[in-house]
Amino acid sequence: MLHTINKSPFEKNSLQTCLRVAPDKSNILLIEDGVYAALKNTDFEKNILEGQKIHKFYVLEPDLKARGLDIKSLIPNIDIIDYKGFVKLTVENSRVQNWL
Amino acid sequence: MKFGILVNEGPYTHQASDSAYLFTKAAIEDGHEIFRVFFYHDGVNNGTRLATPPQDDRHIPNRWTELAKENNIDLVVCVAAAQRRGMVDPEEMKRNKKDANNLAENFRISGLGQLIEAGIQTDRLITFGD
Repeated sequence: MLHTINKSPFEKNSLQTCLRVAPDKSNILLIEDGVYAALKNTDFEKNILEGQKIHKFYVLEPDLKARGLDIKSLIPNIDIIDYKGFVKLTVENSRVQNWL
Repeated sequence: MKFGILVNEGPYTHQASDSAYLFTKAAIEDGHEIFRVFFYHDGVNNGTRLATPPQDDRHIPNRWTELAKENNIDLVVCVAAAQRRGMVDPEEMKRNKKDANNLAENFRISGLGQLIEAGIQTDRLITFGD
C-alpha cells in the first residue's frame, strides 16, 4: 500500500497518524512539505528510523530541491524519486492513501 | 493504467495544484490514461479563465486547459463548490441569472457523481489537496 504525506511533521500529525495505522511493508512517499520529515537530526528522525523497520520510505526530489534541501542531509535508506517514480509507485501499489 | 485525479486546493495556494498537474503530466508521458481530473472545494478555482498571473509565473488555469486539449482530458468542476465560489459557465450564468461567466476552456461543471464514477472507472484515484 502506498501512502503520500504532503505536510511537514512539525506542522501536522498526518505522518504520525499514517505510521500508527499503516499496514506492514507500506510504501510511504514524502511530498511537498512532507519532505522535511526526511531530514536527519530532527525530533522526528527517530519516528522515521523506527518506521523504516517495517516500511519503505521515498521522498520526491523536485520538492526537496524547491526547498533547498541537500540530499546529504537526509536520513539514510530513503529512496529519492522524481514524478515518474511517483507514478510508478501508484501503479505498483494497488491501494493508495493520500494523507492531506 | 487508468487514473482519476482529485484536486481539492486552489491555484497559488500551497502546492497541491502544482503537484496534481506534474503528476498528471508524468502519468501521461508514461503512457497512462487520465480518465478525469475532478476539482472539488477550493480546487474549483483552478478553472477560472480570468486569472492573470505575472508573466514570469506559471499560468495554472491555462496549463490545465492546454494539458486537457493536448491529451483529451475531462476537467470537471464540482457544481456546488463552484456556485459557492462564483465559478460560472454560460449555462449556470443563465440558470442563476448572473451577468458574467468565468469558466476556462476545456473545463465543465458537473456534479459529485462524476467523482464517484472516476473512483469506480479508474484503476487509481489520486488525491491532491491541503
